[in-house]
Amino acid sequence: MRKTSLDMVYELARQDSRIFFIGSDLGIGTLKQFKAEMPGRYLMEGVSEANIVGIAAGLALEGKIVYINTIATFLTRRCFEQVALDLCLHNANVRLIGSGGGLVYAPLGPTHEAIDDIAIFRALPRMTIVAPADADEMRRLMPLTVDHAGPIYIRLGKGGDPIVSRPGVPFRIGRAIPMRAGSDALIVATGVMLKPALDAAAGLEKEGMETAVLHLPTIKPFDTAAVCEWADRVPVVVSVEEHTVIGGLGSAVAEAIAEANFDSPKRFRRIGLPDVFPDKYGSQASLMARYGLTAERIVETVQALMQTANSK
Amino acid sequence: MNASPIKGPPTNTTPLDRRSRELRRQIVRMIEAGGRGHVGSAFSLVEMLRVLYDEILRYDPANPRWRDRDRFILSKGHGCLALYVLLAEKGFIPEAELWKFCKTDGILGGHPEYGKVPGVEASTGSLGHGLSFGVGFALNAKHEQASHRVFVICSDGESNEGSLWEAVLCAAKHRLDNLTVLVDYNKQQSYGTTYEVLDLEPFAEKWRAFGFAVEEVDGHSVDQLRSALKRVPFQEGKPSAIVCHTIKGKGVSFVENNLHWHHKNKISEEEVRSLMAELEVAA
Repeated sequence: MRKTSLDMVYELARQDSRIFFIGSDLGIGTLKQFKAEMPGRYLMEGVSEANIVGIAAGLALEGKIVYINTIATFLTRRCFEQVALDLCLHNANVRLIGSGGGLVYAPLGPTHEAIDDIAIFRALPRMTIVAPADADEMRRLMPLTVDHAGPIYIRLGKGGDPIVSRPGVPFRIGRAIPMRAGSDALIVATGVMLKPALDAAAGLEKEGMETAVLHLPTIKPFDTAAVCEWADRVPVVVSVEEHTVIGGLGSAVAEAIAEANFDSPKRFRRIGLPDVFPDKYGSQASLMARYGLTAERIVETVQALMQTANSK
Repeated sequence: MNASPIKGPPTNTTPLDRRSRELRRQIVRMIEAGGRGHVGSAFSLVEMLRVLYDEILRYDPANPRWRDRDRFILSKGHGCLALYVLLAEKGFIPEAELWKFCKTDGILGGHPEYGKVPGVEASTGSLGHGLSFGVGFALNAKHEQASHRVFVICSDGESNEGSLWEAVLCAAKHRLDNLTVLVDYNKQQSYGTTYEVLDLEPFAEKWRAFGFAVEEVDGHSVDQLRSALKRVPFQEGKPSAIVCHTIKGKGVSFVENNLHWHHKNKISEEEVRSLMAELEVAA
């Protein structure tokens, strides 16, 4: 997904002279071709995220479209005020490509695990937050980022994530994508959690439960209308995200559902990371398993909620 | 050059001419109207701003987004009273706006905002942001092979911020000789002197070591400021820094070096009278 995203920056920059790329201190050879062909629009500015966001804002106010890439935690935590003021307050056309959304950097520990990036940026006026499910969806998203007004945070997965998005479905920033219908329960997912959500729905189907899956590749602006429309049809709603349950997708779903004041009662649960810094190394998959970000746990959660819904 | 830090309050006996006093009187009138403001911080800037707007910057108040204008950023946004007075005088904003300072129906707040105030290139207020904007503007000008220049005023307290030094490194790396930083070195920050709070000395040496071409001037001397600003870039291939030795509150004896006048959130009629009396413009 990262490779696709950066390759697309290069492809888009070849077609549009307004596009600049800024990296911090990325791996050797990053976007080598971009640098060779468009050296004046390729910047590698060192471990100085605050300044990078500031100069990107300056370039954006001059009419440029600036793509910044570095590790997600450094873009969200390290230079939060620059993002809030230089980008959001100025509505600057800067795209923050955050490597390692969620638990991707499991072996590197809590300094590199972006478990709170969505919550951090959700609070910012004018920020757009997208988390595609796979590389194909990233490919459909990237062209839309060129002329989008205002800052965008693009959350990257690990790379090599299984393709689960549908080729025929266009990406529309701010719009949810219904993946499957069902009248028993609804799973709302974002980013790479779409895969376990779909697997869970398939598993539930074998048990005789029709479970809808709504994919939210955009978390902000939040597609409240779609979430409420789909939630209205079912008694059970579960959100799934590779992120703390505080302030991310689950919170957004909870807020939408709570304020919808449905006539029919709902059972609801957020599946995500608990309010802790991950305490183990290993792999993204092993940490996901540790914190229950799996199809099995989604199945169990939906079943448990359905039992309480039916017993009422 | 060996810097010799003055550990006591700085002094400056440079006389203020009629124009400098009148600009300060306008600032006092704004504070009176708004009932608040960063008094000392604005007084320390007046000569820098008047030289920039009178003689150095290229701009068109009727077309504030004119492509070829020089870009100016007041990175120490809290000094905005002095900026607003000049923006009104030059015709960017109607003078009537000055009297709505910090009011609900005004466009001039306690820190300048991009998009609200014509002539303001970036919203500042939180310190350590403006120079990075300036580096972005200057990089763009180089990229476009445009002839306009970029001027940024930073403060000494602002130089506590690590992000400022990130921007300084970046400007030097890119050889941005179209960028000039004026540092308002009044040696006073909010809590105390810069020596006490977080010593910057040797200050000019730091800018030099970080790759800028540096000059030091009396920041209240119109002649020295003009001379330096007309000579930038001091060196081809290097960004310029002008360390301006100033007095916080310059022009009014009881405001000079007086930290109680860094920011006022109320001001009495008596205080306004005293300020105006000291800034009396001789006929």
